Order: sequence, then structure tokens, then C-alpha cells
Amino acid sequence: MSEHVTSESVSQPEREREPLSGGRPVLEAEGIVVEYGRRPALRAVDGVGLAVAAGEVVALVGESGCGKSSLARAIVGIEKRKAGVVRLNGDDVPTLGLRRRSAAMTGMQMVFQDPNSSLNPRRRVGDQIGDGVRAALARGDRGSDPADWLRRVGLDPAMVSRFPHEFSGGQKQRIAIARALAARPGMLVADEPISALDASTQTSVAALMRSLSVEAGAGMLFISHDLSVVRRIADRVLVMYQGRVVESGVTETVWQNPLHPYTRALLAAIPLPDGAGRLPVAPAETDRAAWLDDVPAALERTTV
Amino acid sequence: MSEPRSPRADPRDGAPAGPRDGVQAGMLDPIEAAAPRWRRPRLRLGRWSAPLGILGAAVAVFWILIALLAPVIAPHDPLAQDLPILQAPGEGTLMGTDALGRDVFSRVLWGAQVTIPLALLLVVLSVLIGAVVGSVAGFFGRAVDEVAMRVTDLVMAFPTVILAMVIAAALGASLVNAVLAALIVSWPSYARLTRGLVLGLRSSNYVVSGQLLGFSAVRSLGRDIAPNIVGPVLVLASLDIGTAILLLSGLSFLGLGAKPPTAEWGSMVSDAIKNFDAWWIGVFPGLAILTVVIAFNFVGDALRDALDPKSATIKGGGTTL
Repeated sequence: MSEHVTSESVSQPEREREPLSGGRPVLEAEGIVVEYGRRPALRAVDGVGLAVAAGEVVALVGESGCGKSSLARAIVGIEKRKAGVVRLNGDDVPTLGLRRRSAAMTGMQMVFQDPNSSLNPRRRVGDQIGDGVRAALARGDRGSDPADWLRRVGLDPAMVSRFPHEFSGGQKQRIAIARALAARPGMLVADEPISALDASTQTSVAALMRSLSVEAGAGMLFISHDLSVVRRIADRVLVMYQGRVVESGVTETVWQNPLHPYTRALLAAIPLPDGAGRLPVAPAETDRAAWLDDVPAALERTTV
Repeated sequence: MSEPRSPRADPRDGAPAGPRDGVQAGMLDPIEAAAPRWRRPRLRLGRWSAPLGILGAAVAVFWILIALLAPVIAPHDPLAQDLPILQAPGEGTLMGTDALGRDVFSRVLWGAQVTIPLALLLVVLSVLIGAVVGSVAGFFGRAVDEVAMRVTDLVMAFPTVILAMVIAAALGASLVNAVLAALIVSWPSYARLTRGLVLGLRSSNYVVSGQLLGFSAVRSLGRDIAPNIVGPVLVLASLDIGTAILLLSGLSFLGLGAKPPTAEWGSMVSDAIKNFDAWWIGVFPGLAILTVVIAFNFVGDALRDALDPKSATIKGGGTTL
């Protein structure tokens, strides 16, 4: 039943807001390049910049292999950046190494795609959410009760003493979200957090993430290839193709009037629930060539 | 055995039998939420119904009890040379006497006190050294990993027993040196195993999540990694107890371990070579080695099947080994 409430709270008008309204962004990324391998290196992310303001949900969409996850991991610092800077509240985000993350950097948390590998199978979920609480305390932020976080993500607070294997995939993802939010991050990066879940769970988890992060005043970078979910929860959207952002702007603007051919193709690929059972036509090779085009007008769109 | 062996079919698993992806189901159903039907995960006895595992455990416990109770139950002083020499079993003593008039039965009992604790100590030390070196190598990588792994390569490049012989001979014949030599040849396998497991886990999402929450390396290793690798390491350790007993007895057999008067199974077997007609001098300590090694191997196999069902041998007919 709380599912229902959270879905309802993400009503259309609430999202109609100006991007980056006032203040400095929580997260700024400039010219990010990620490469894999050597001779020839595969350039997964090719000079992407983005900014996320407090309380804002920015979605990153694109096909598999376009560099969404690489970008997310580079932003958080899990992946080494070949070039570019990432700043969290003005501080440089270092690559995750052997050194312990500073308290300031625990202000950025991540939710992973696979809920089954996100939680330590040998520790009680309450303990793991407690890690988030301790991170918040170490930063001088308010503490909280792990059981309370379980309630907030729609689970029974009495489940704190259970182990991860006692939960379903959707429930595990909720616990991972609870752990991330318990650290009271200013920035939450979610790397396809709903793609491993079934259709009925996807929407509710996505809505939950939005309502909780907005409520906490945190910025969220939400990566997904599910455009219908993105439309419901994101304030702004970045469309990525072959390591580059090809279109960006207010979600509804991009949705109503896509300018880049790739965005058009993506939107055309959403099956219509009209009962006719038609499947979208697969794009031709000639279309793919057109997607590499630059359409300057498609970037940073605020108006239709 | 007819009880369900599939982990999924096992009702004791504690998983809800209803809809699995039950976020909604679990939340909307107050009865299901109210009734805690789970149990703490534990080694399930069902998996232990492997008959050979039970038998092995029984024999191992039997030998450990003998090691503890040897002073009480041995009919003679194992070192006293006061019986008729080369007496066959049954003529006054259970297992006969050796060339110096010592009671073989008493010596076999006392021998348990020498070999089993030393083998256990050897395995524990190997696990500790190997786990520490492997964890550090796997977690920190780079130069540390390179150095640690090249050292293990160096040790593993030689045949285990021969290298242990060489080291024991160089150190001088004594039980402590035999254990030391065995330790030097046996820790690398634990280091390799641990390193591989740590390497696999350190980039896993939950370890990364911990690091993003500000975990130090020590905390990541201790909280997130160690609990998830103890299982496989313990399995290898339990399978290694038998090997350790063989290695230590083998070194003693070659005269590189226990010194002559000590009642040690390996050296007792080597005594038998000088009196080949008196078969009982060598056969009984030999049987002791055999039964202890097999017992610990059965326990190790059963433990592996219980902790790591993936590598379990054919299940079904009730035999797990």
C-alpha cells in the first residue's frame, strides 16, 4: 500500500521545474573519458560532462554498451578516469583505491544493478544499513535507526536481523537503497538499479528512489534503459550514444520533441500498450550512422 | 536416503514457499510478515547424513580421544624396554612387542599424542600464514601480490615431500623442525587459494559499497571479505589434515622427524624394516596412520559437500562420496 502512495507522489506537475534551479550543483563532472584496454583502447566514455543539483533527479539513458555504467562508475570513482574531473560539493572525487575514502566523499553513494551481489551474504541487513548510518555519523551528520530505514523502503522493520538470502531481489535492492541513503548522501548514483527486477517491482523501486532522495534533498543520477520509468521520475534526461551525450534537457521537453535521431529512435522503440501486439521495428544500419551526428540544438534543452 | 537434498526443496531453508519476489506480496500479507518463519543459517544436518562423513568424524574423534587418554589406557610405558623382545600379538600383549621389548599397542596409543596434535598445529599455522599472505596479496595487489605469488611459485615448483625432506635435513632431525619444514611447504597453497578468493571478492559490489561508505582496507577485509572466504579455506584445511599427518609421519619414517625413543607412528614403521619377520611392529602403526588419514579425508570431503554443494560429487543414492 505504501507502494501506491509513493507512486502517486510522483505526479507530473511536481517534475515541471527548471533544471539546476539556483545554488551550485552537488555534483559536477567535466570532460570525463573512460578507456578500456590498450592498443587500441576502447573509448567507453568520450568526454562527457554533467551536473546534478540538490533534490534533482537526472536520468542517463541509452542502449547497452553506450557507456552509461562506465560513466557512473567513473563519476563515483570506481573506474579510473582517463581524463576529466568530478567534483562533489566542490571537492575532487578521487579514484577508489587502497586508501580509505574521506568522510566528505561518503557523501556520494551508489546503488548497483545486481541486487544479489550488492549485499554481503554473511552479514545481517541491519548491520549493513548500520554501515551507512555510521558513515553519516562520521561525517558529522545525523544518525538514524536501521529498522527505520527498512520501514522507509517499504520493508518490515523487524527484518533487521535477517540475512540477505532471506529476501527477494526487489527486497534486496530496497535494502541496498536503504544502506546508501542511511549514509545521508548529497548525491546518489544509481546504475540501472531496476533492470534486474521484474516489471511490477521496477516502477515501485524507481518511484521509491525518487521520493526518498528528493525528500532527503539529495541529487540523483539515475541510469536506466527503461524510458517509461525515466519519464516518470527524472527532472532532466541525458541521452547517451557511443560514449557521448547526444541530447539532454528537461525530461518532458526531450520526450515531446526529440531532436537527435538517436533519441527519436529510442523513443520509437517503446512498445505501445495498444493491444495490437506490434513490436517496434529494429533500426537499420543507415539509421545507426545517422546517430553519430552532432545535433547541437539537442543539448541543454530547456524549452520545446 | 529419501530426504530432499536439493537446497531449494529443503523446507528447512526457511524461504517463503509462496511468491518469491514478494515485495508486494510480503508487504500486503500481514500474516506472512508477522510470522517469522526463518532460522539462522547453519550447517544442515541433512547434508551431513553422508555416511562416510559421519564414519570419518567418528574415527577422527576416536583417535583424538585416544591421543588425550593414552596415558590412562596404555597398559605399558611406551618407552620401557621390559617385555620379551619380538613377541607376537596375543602372547601376552595385544599387538606384540618390538625389537627392544616395548609394547607396540602402548606405543601406537602414545603415538596418537605426537602425530595428531602436531598435524593439527601444522594445518592451523599454514592456514594462518597462508590466509594472511593471500589476503594481503589479493587485496593490495601490485608489488605485494607479485612478490608474494612469486614466493609461492618458488615453493610450489618443488615436489612437496622432497622439499620438506631437504629443509628438515638442513634444520636437523627433530619433530619441531619437521613441523617447520612441513609448514614451509604447505602454506603456499592456502596463500594461493585465499588470494584468488579475495581477488574475486574485492571488486564485488558489496565490498565496493563498503569502501564507498568509508571502510578502511582492514575493515573491508575483516567485515566483507573474510567471512565469505572462511568456508573454502576451512574445507581445504580439513582435507589437508590427512596430508599433514602423512607428511609428518613420512619425515619421521625417514629419520628426519621424531628421534628414536619417541613413540611416533612413522618412526615405528621404519623400525619395522629392521625386523621384517615381526610384521606387527610396522603393521599396527601403519594401520593407525591409514585410519586417521582416511578419517580426516572423509570429514574434509563431507565438509566440502556441505559448504560448497557445487563441487559435491554425485548425489541421489544416498552416497555423497
